[in-house]
Amino acid sequence: MSETGKSEIFIEVAGLSKSLGGHDVLAGMDLSIRRGETLVIIGRSGEGKSVFIKHLIGLMVPDAGSIKVDGQEIVGLKERELAAARKKVGILFQNGALFDSLTVAENVAFPLMEEGEKKADVIETRVTAALASVGMDAHLAKMPVHLSGGQRKRVALARAIVTHPQCILYDEPTAGLDPIATDSIDLLIKSIQAKYNVTSVVITHDMKSVHQIADRIVFLRQGRVYFLGTSDELKASTDPLIQDFIHGRSNGGASADL
Amino acid sequence: MVLDWGSSAEETMPALLRHLGSGYLRWLEYLGQLALLFREVFTSITRGKIRPRLFGQQLVAIGFGSQLVVIVTGAFVGAVFGAQVYFAFNDYGLESSVGAMVSLAMCRELGPAITGLMVAGRVGAAMAAEIGTMRVTEQVDALRALAVHPVDYLVTPRVFGILVSMPLLIAEAISFGMGASYVITVHLFNVPSAFYMQHMLQYTHLPDIAIGMIKGFIFGFLIVIISCHQGLKAENGAVGVGRGTTQAVVLSSLAILIVNFFLTFLLNLIWPLHMSH
Repeated sequence: MSETGKSEIFIEVAGLSKSLGGHDVLAGMDLSIRRGETLVIIGRSGEGKSVFIKHLIGLMVPDAGSIKVDGQEIVGLKERELAAARKKVGILFQNGALFDSLTVAENVAFPLMEEGEKKADVIETRVTAALASVGMDAHLAKMPVHLSGGQRKRVALARAIVTHPQCILYDEPTAGLDPIATDSIDLLIKSIQAKYNVTSVVITHDMKSVHQIADRIVFLRQGRVYFLGTSDELKASTDPLIQDFIHGRSNGGASADL
Repeated sequence: MVLDWGSSAEETMPALLRHLGSGYLRWLEYLGQLALLFREVFTSITRGKIRPRLFGQQLVAIGFGSQLVVIVTGAFVGAVFGAQVYFAFNDYGLESSVGAMVSLAMCRELGPAITGLMVAGRVGAAMAAEIGTMRVTEQVDALRALAVHPVDYLVTPRVFGILVSMPLLIAEAISFGMGASYVITVHLFNVPSAFYMQHMLQYTHLPDIAIGMIKGFIFGFLIVIISCHQGLKAENGAVGVGRGTTQAVVLSSLAILIVNFFLTFLLNLIWPLHMSH
C-alpha cells in the first residue's frame, strides 16, 4: 500500500490466455503494473502486445485469467458494466482512431461531454489546455482527414488525457512517424507522466523510445512475459533472443525460431 | 468453404446434411445476433440514452436526404401502375376505377414496399458503410474505450431517425404516386376527373393508409437493425466493409419483401380489403 492508502499495483494480470484463429496469442500471462510507472512492452510482431492492452480496457474478452484495474476485476463484466473501469484508463490507438465526423476540438471535447460536463466555457478551456499540451491548439476546427499521422496521434493523445485518467495505454504511438515526430511523442509521454503521475503502458518497436521513456520493460514471447526489468537490465541481458531483438538482427541463431 | 462431398452415396448424404445443417445453424446464429442487437437498443432506450443532436442528424440524413429518390420512385410507380390499370380496365368500361385501384395499391402495398426498398438501398447501405468503416478503423473501439456503448451512440439515434422518417416518406410516395396516376389518367387518357376522384375517395379508407404506415415502421426497423448489425460486425478492412454494405442492402430488401408478404395477410385480417359498396 502507498501513503494514500491505494495499492502500489494499478493493474494486475494473472493467467491471461487468449486464442485467436486457433493460435494461442496469450498463454497464461502474469504481469503487475505499478501505479505511476511507465511500462514498455516490446516483442516481435504477432506476439500479442496489442491484444494484451486491449484486454486491459475490456475491448477483448479473455479465454481465461484475471485482470484487476485499480483493484476491480474486469473479466466477466458486461459492456455497460465496464464503464467505471474504462473511465480510469485512456487509450491511444495505433492510428489515433479519431472520429471522422467530428472536428479536432469536438473529438477532444467528446469524453468531457460524455462525462456529463455541460458548461461550454469549461469544455472549451479544458479542450484548449489538452490540445496545447500536445501542441495542437492551433488546429481546433480542422477535420481529422486534414491532419498528418503525427498530428492525428497528438490529437488522440489530447483526447486520452483530457479527462485526466489514472492510466494511459499507448498502442505503438510512434509507428510510422519520422524520427523528430517520434522524439516529440516520446517527450509528450514523459511530460504527461510527470505532470499527471499517470500509469503508462506503451507498446513500441522503437528501441530508442524504449530506453528514453521506460521505467520497466516487458519482452513478450509466445504469449508470456519472457523478460521483465529496467532499461539497464535489458541492455545487460545476455539472452541471445533479447540481444537479437535489441540490435535488430534477423540472422541471429536465436531469433530464427521467433 | 470447400465441401468434401465424398466419393460414394453413403459419404455424400452425410456431407450434404452437414452442409445444410451448418447453414441452418449460421442462420439461427445470425437471427440471435439481431435479437441481441434489438435487446441492446431496447436497453439503450429504457436507460434514457437518447441523444437529441444525433437523432436530429439522422432525421435529416434519412428523412430529408431520401426525399428525391422517394418522390421520383413513388411518382413513376404510380404513373406506370395507373397506365397499366387503365389499359386493362378500359376494354370493360371500368376506366373510372383507376383512381381507386391505384390508391389502394399505393397505400397498402406499393408505397411501403417501394419506399422500403429505396431506403434500404440508400440509407441501409450508408449505415452499414459508415459504421463498418468506424469499426475497421477502431473508432468503435474508441467509443467503447471512452465508456460509450456503441449501440447508444450509433444505433439508437438511427432507429429513432428511421422510425420517424419512414411513415412520412411512405406518405410522400403514396401522394406523389396517386398524383402522377391522376395526371396520366385524367390528362393523357381523358378519364373524367370527377369519376377518378369519386372512386378514389369512395374506396380508400383510413385503415388502408394505416396499413401503409404500420408497414413503414416495421420496414424501417428491419432496415436499421440489419444494416447497423452488418456495420458493427464488419472486419478485414475495406473488403469487409464492402461486403457488409452489400449484405445490408440485400438482406434488408429480402426481409422487406418476405415480411411484407406475411404482414399483408395479417393486416388484411385486421382491416379486410372491401371493394364492394
